[in-house]
Amino acid sequence: METQETIKKTDIKEKKPLEKVCIICAKGSLEDVYATLVMANGAVMEGIETNVFFTFFGLDGITKKSMNHLHTATTGNPAMRMPGGLPFPTMLGGLPGVETAVSSMMRKQMEALDMPPVDEFLEMITAGGGTIYACKLAIDMFKLEKKDLSDEVDSIITIGEFYELCDGDRTQIIFT
Amino acid sequence: MEVKTIAGAQLNVSDDGYLEDMSQWNEEIAREIAEEIGIELTDKHFEVLQYLREKTEAGEALTIRKVGKSGIVDIKELYKLFPKGPLKFSSKIAGIPKPTSCV
Repeated sequence: METQETIKKTDIKEKKPLEKVCIICAKGSLEDVYATLVMANGAVMEGIETNVFFTFFGLDGITKKSMNHLHTATTGNPAMRMPGGLPFPTMLGGLPGVETAVSSMMRKQMEALDMPPVDEFLEMITAGGGTIYACKLAIDMFKLEKKDLSDEVDSIITIGEFYELCDGDRTQIIFT
Repeated sequence: MEVKTIAGAQLNVSDDGYLEDMSQWNEEIAREIAEEIGIELTDKHFEVLQYLREKTEAGEALTIRKVGKSGIVDIKELYKLFPKGPLKFSSKIAGIPKPTSCV
């Protein structure tokens, strides 16, 4: 009887929904930036407080002149396939123009699924109350300024300030 | 699936509370589901709900981006109408299935 009681008590698990996510994007390829954007937008749509922190090459995803022209790697990417599913030869991926063509094809396929271009995706995230930050150290390293960044970027912050934003016991930090 | 009484009608709903049969929907049902979520419906809400129902009937997958381009509301307004669940709550109130899209 007593054991049964114990089992019952441990069986009752209170659900603790996420309240906040802090997502870090440190890489600038098409798929890395979109992984961040889809996760961030998805969190905002679920009513989860969302902070997104772009650093190192991830800054390409919020830099005006590069954000809508991101590339996916056609060399050193074993998951890359030809249309039809055959393996994509690495030598072919290295030819001039191939990466650009493949990347634009991928962007078209994403558009067909109603995935917006990066600038519009950032607008969607902030429209829902998400906040976008750029990393101070990386901005200095790449010699960028606030005016080079998308207007949706809230501010340039240090990693310490980023951690301050991550308070709360139902907060998760996600590194994409 | 379970049976729930909403606005005096016995309705089949999913485990998450979405109507199983969108044709059983009416404005009274919408008001009651909305109230449960904590939203008071205005004419603007109903315009969005009608749009969602039309698109679902036409078999189109819904995204907030599509609603934002509908000409009824932009995305910011959509979030204002259905806080913390622009597509989830609006779909539930519109009596259509839970959204399956990730954007």
